Amino acid sequence: MIVLAGIERRFLVGDQVVAALRGIDLDLAAGEYVAVMGPSGSGKSTLLNILGLLDRPDAGTYALAGIETTTLSEERRAALRRDRIGFIFQSFHLIPRLTAAENVELPLTLAGVAPRERRERVAQTLDALGLTPRAHHRPDQLSGGQRQRVAIARATIMAPSLILADEPTGNLDRASGEEVIRALEGLNARGLTLILVTHDPQLGGRARRRIRMDDGAIAEDRCA
Amino acid sequence: MRLRDILGFALQALASHRSRTWLTLLAVGLGTAAVVLLSALGEGARAYVENEFANLGTHLLIVFPGRNETTGGPPPLLGETARDLTLDDALAMARARGVARLAPLTVGSATVSSGSLEREVNVIGATAEFLPVRRLDLAQGRFLPPGDPSRGRGVAVLGQTLAKELFGHRQAVGEWVRIGQRRFRVIGILASSGQSLGDTLDDLAIIPVASAQALFNSPGLFRILVEARDREALSGAEAAIKDIVRARHEGEDDVTVITQDSMLATFDKILEALTLAVAGIGAISLAVAGVLIMNVMLVSVAQRTAEVGLLKALGAAQGQVAALFLAEALLLAGVGTVAGLAFAWASVGVFNDAVTAFQLVVPTWAPLAAAGVSLTAGLVFGLAPALRAARLDPVVALSGR
Repeated sequence: MIVLAGIERRFLVGDQVVAALRGIDLDLAAGEYVAVMGPSGSGKSTLLNILGLLDRPDAGTYALAGIETTTLSEERRAALRRDRIGFIFQSFHLIPRLTAAENVELPLTLAGVAPRERRERVAQTLDALGLTPRAHHRPDQLSGGQRQRVAIARATIMAPSLILADEPTGNLDRASGEEVIRALEGLNARGLTLILVTHDPQLGGRARRRIRMDDGAIAEDRCA
Repeated sequence: MRLRDILGFALQALASHRSRTWLTLLAVGLGTAAVVLLSALGEGARAYVENEFANLGTHLLIVFPGRNETTGGPPPLLGETARDLTLDDALAMARARGVARLAPLTVGSATVSSGSLEREVNVIGATAEFLPVRRLDLAQGRFLPPGDPSRGRGVAVLGQTLAKELFGHRQAVGEWVRIGQRRFRVIGILASSGQSLGDTLDDLAIIPVASAQALFNSPGLFRILVEARDREALSGAEAAIKDIVRARHEGEDDVTVITQDSMLATFDKILEALTLAVAGIGAISLAVAGVLIMNVMLVSVAQRTAEVGLLKALGAAQGQVAALFLAEALLLAGVGTVAGLAFAWASVGVFNDAVTAFQLVVPTWAPLAAAGVSLTAGLVFGLAPALRAARLDPVVALSGR
């Protein structure tokens, strides 16, 4: 489903070129559960940004579901993000002025789905994550765990095939983190590809496939 | 993305920072109201002047002695007088084609006294026709009697103020006044006319034109007011008058004839320019409001960088992001404009109810121009912030750097 070949990504820091990713080759099948681990600055977030089509590599190719993405226009990449990829962020990135339901509805709104269908799908998705009672609360009225579950609802409402989670439990206490991880693993159990970036070895240990990055390269890639 | 959703999203964004939104709406609203109210003031002045001229009679010609190339300007008070315009000239003009009636005038200043009271006022020498030509009303008594204008009778008609000053609350009609060295019997009192193009007709005395000529010892007329039969007869009457003057003044074309219309046209032009100028000042304030919109939108984009990053991660194309922010700017401009127009209309209504002497008139183009300028400003000044948002790098935006 995901084929990365020879991915390079360099940043200019001051007058120095820093290689964030160096010759990344990676093959991921549909439905995999992958943890990407490594110390800060090892390139795992850059890898996630490239996988999420938020960033373009300086060299190499990236095929998502058979579509070569590195040559696509920004417009087409946005459409691919919308239809196939769901993002979960450490800091939730909920829009503070919108209610939980409105935040979840946002991808459907951006895609131009009819209001009636939007309401139905939002209700279903919130229900599946046990958020129905909180649907009309704004983010500042929700607990951290609830916020992240709203974010998960938002990431899945377009029925993507790939979920990218960047430190999803980083801002949560243990119990809420556990809830969130179980929700994500539930999605994976339904066949969604789940890629989890974390530096928590315990969390990473739950994934079937673990990739350890070091200094912009894959240091270790093994399946449990 | 649906238009309704874009507007809904923009509205929610605006509602989330109220004071900023209110202040911007206030600025746009004041700018819009300024355009409408200032142009209503200008247009009101134009209507006022037009009305004043209509009071004088719309098909009036004014004949001055002396030649002056400029038409439509103020009367040539200091123009060189080649030859006096005489009462006989006026009588000849009265028979011209297209002329309904005319009123020869002399004007001078003299002391009017009654008993021990005396007052220095303008004295107008006129004929019976002055009353209808100038559209005046009498409060009491009669106006100058018709008849041969070259006979100077000893009768006078007084303005309101003058009558009150000399006679107080006593009956003035039938009393005698002394004007210069002659005695005149008061036969009528003018109704109060208020202001007419800045002149008051309340503080003067009107005596027969021949009496005035004797009083001022001058055979020349100050001017002749000629009323044409109708609007169409104006140009014919003007030509006929000039012919008569040429025939009587040995071929010299030494009078100036101006029409009410040409004077009105000049005032019209001046006041229209004035209206446009003040509306332009209003438009500048609207443009300033546009700059404020830009400022507010730039702040908004800066504060919502992470939100822009999120929208992009959720699959919003650059155009969509731009549309969302542009919609905010246009909503600010649009809602501000509507509020400003409503305020302007309400103000005009209140003003016109309270002040009857002068009415504000909103020209049709003013609200359209105000809305046009406002929305254009919203679009132009909203575009740069919207494009800035659309071009944000999603990775950088999401990281909040």
